[in-house]
Amino acid sequence: MIVGQLPILQVIVPLLAAPICAILPFRRLTWLIALAASLLALAIALTLLDQVLSDGPISYLLGDWAAPWGIEYRVDPLAAFLLVIVSALGSVIMLFAPTSVAREIADDRIFLFHAMYLLNLAGLLGMVVTGDVFNLFVFLEISSLSSYVMISLGQSRRALTAAFQYLIMGTVGATFYVIGVGMMYMMTGTLNMADLGTRLPAVAETRTIIAAMAFVVVGIGLKLAMVPLHFWLPNAYAYAPTVVSAFLAATATKVAVYVLLRLVFTVFGGPAMVGLPVDQVLLVLGIVAMFGASAVAIFQTDAKRLLAYSSLAQIGYMVLGISFLTATGLTATIIHLFNHALMKGALFLVLGCVFLRVGSVQISQMAGLGRRMPWTMAAFVVGGLSLIGVPLTVGFVSKWYLIQAALEKGWWLVAVLILLSSLLAMIYVWRIIEVAYFRAPGDDVLQIREAPVMMLIPVWILAAGNVYFGINAQQTIGAAQSAAAVLLGSGG
Amino acid sequence: MSFPGLINSWAAMALMMIGFYAVIAHGNLVKKVIGLNIFQAAVFIFYISMAKVRGGTAPILGDNLTLFSNPLPHVLILTAIVVGVATTALGLSLVVRIRDTYGTIEDEEIRAIEAAE
Repeated sequence: MIVGQLPILQVIVPLLAAPICAILPFRRLTWLIALAASLLALAIALTLLDQVLSDGPISYLLGDWAAPWGIEYRVDPLAAFLLVIVSALGSVIMLFAPTSVAREIADDRIFLFHAMYLLNLAGLLGMVVTGDVFNLFVFLEISSLSSYVMISLGQSRRALTAAFQYLIMGTVGATFYVIGVGMMYMMTGTLNMADLGTRLPAVAETRTIIAAMAFVVVGIGLKLAMVPLHFWLPNAYAYAPTVVSAFLAATATKVAVYVLLRLVFTVFGGPAMVGLPVDQVLLVLGIVAMFGASAVAIFQTDAKRLLAYSSLAQIGYMVLGISFLTATGLTATIIHLFNHALMKGALFLVLGCVFLRVGSVQISQMAGLGRRMPWTMAAFVVGGLSLIGVPLTVGFVSKWYLIQAALEKGWWLVAVLILLSSLLAMIYVWRIIEVAYFRAPGDDVLQIREAPVMMLIPVWILAAGNVYFGINAQQTIGAAQSAAAVLLGSGG
Repeated sequence: MSFPGLINSWAAMALMMIGFYAVIAHGNLVKKVIGLNIFQAAVFIFYISMAKVRGGTAPILGDNLTLFSNPLPHVLILTAIVVGVATTALGLSLVVRIRDTYGTIEDEEIRAIEAAE
């Protein structure tokens, strides 16, 4: 019987664990609760993925109210894949968290951090399972509000201004989304995604729907940090506690990309889309992000900020994959969601280790670190190679599909641009590797020891994932392909 | 289309742009939060007036009541109001913390302090 309730349990477990953490001011205990809730969510997500791949999409009616009227939770291969990504990264990052958090967050606030993390997890998982556009807004705000709080927990006072800036832009984005949803409701009288998908074509040429599409895409673009709506992201990632940066980079942007996929394909109809040329807009913005953000990343002196700009560029690749509106392009985007979560998770966790031992993530302070912290920096090399897209890593698999998608469309220029932008990634990754391995260590670096094993294990789980899924990509590609097929099928 | 026509939508959009302008143009962080509130309130009005049926009553059972307003957008906006309150509370508490650590809530002064660091 409980199996039927899995889609709701996926959200309820972290959502209920959050207030429990908030009233228990014992950081060890709340950490255990947070870890247990994440692992439970992962178990649920894996079960759902298994069910969905064998039996097809699951539809769960909240309170048993029938679909277009009641809220429907819908788990198809894409949603299940995202649930696995979010809860798996959440679990690994929670495993990593205790030492890093103790170093970066005040002791009396750690239990609250765990509560906020769980709320964020609940919000993200909710955004993925829900099949209702307004319910999505509610979960979006749950995850956004908790991430503002988590960012403001950073040590530097700039974390406060970064959180405030994100709050303003995030709220504007969410409100734009609500305006768009309101306009769509006005014309169709429904909030259910699938139902919207069937009713929209009839009214798609009206000015209301064109405005609604613009509002919704801009609103989600803000959450997604799609260039040029990205101004909140570099500061937020740079000044948040490293664990938070890792979690947000690995999961929050992925879920925003997922929402964009849902909107463009399930709601607007994908290739059959009329009204606003969303795909062309995404194509241009994706390419601008790939180059602009990578170029800015090269000139950063703070490693966290460098990775933040690199994230913007990677989001560009995902957006580009969507803009092709083909099965291969979608596969590239969906697989890159997973792969980018692996790389950025690993890289940010490495910076967590560096911060623990060095007390800073300035690149200049990392001189000679390759000898002092060999395991940590080796993981950085693996993640960095994957970011560039070297064969035998997951980054290569993503780029391979992306370039194939471009060639299928006959867009040679785009394929060349993808390759060229990878060269930019090589430059910024190399900058850190060069400092860490080929510069003589300063006096203070000589005192530094390797990071504790409890932190290295999660780092290497992710780093090994980068290689494992790079060589053995059949499973992830299979899941991504069936997810892409469902999206395109529902778009017809 | 006769007057007042879509005056509700026009009013909501005007209010929305006033709020949005305040968010962008004001350097004072509290005024930014106020602008955000106006912006959100405009969306609430947009939803509420969209669902109002002229001459319609609240959706309750009763004698001779046949024309109802659509309750769903009203309910949605209850949720959105709660979200708005939470956002405002969080935004203002961040402003308090910023004031504690920077000694100012003017955007430009904060930037000057950050640039000087």
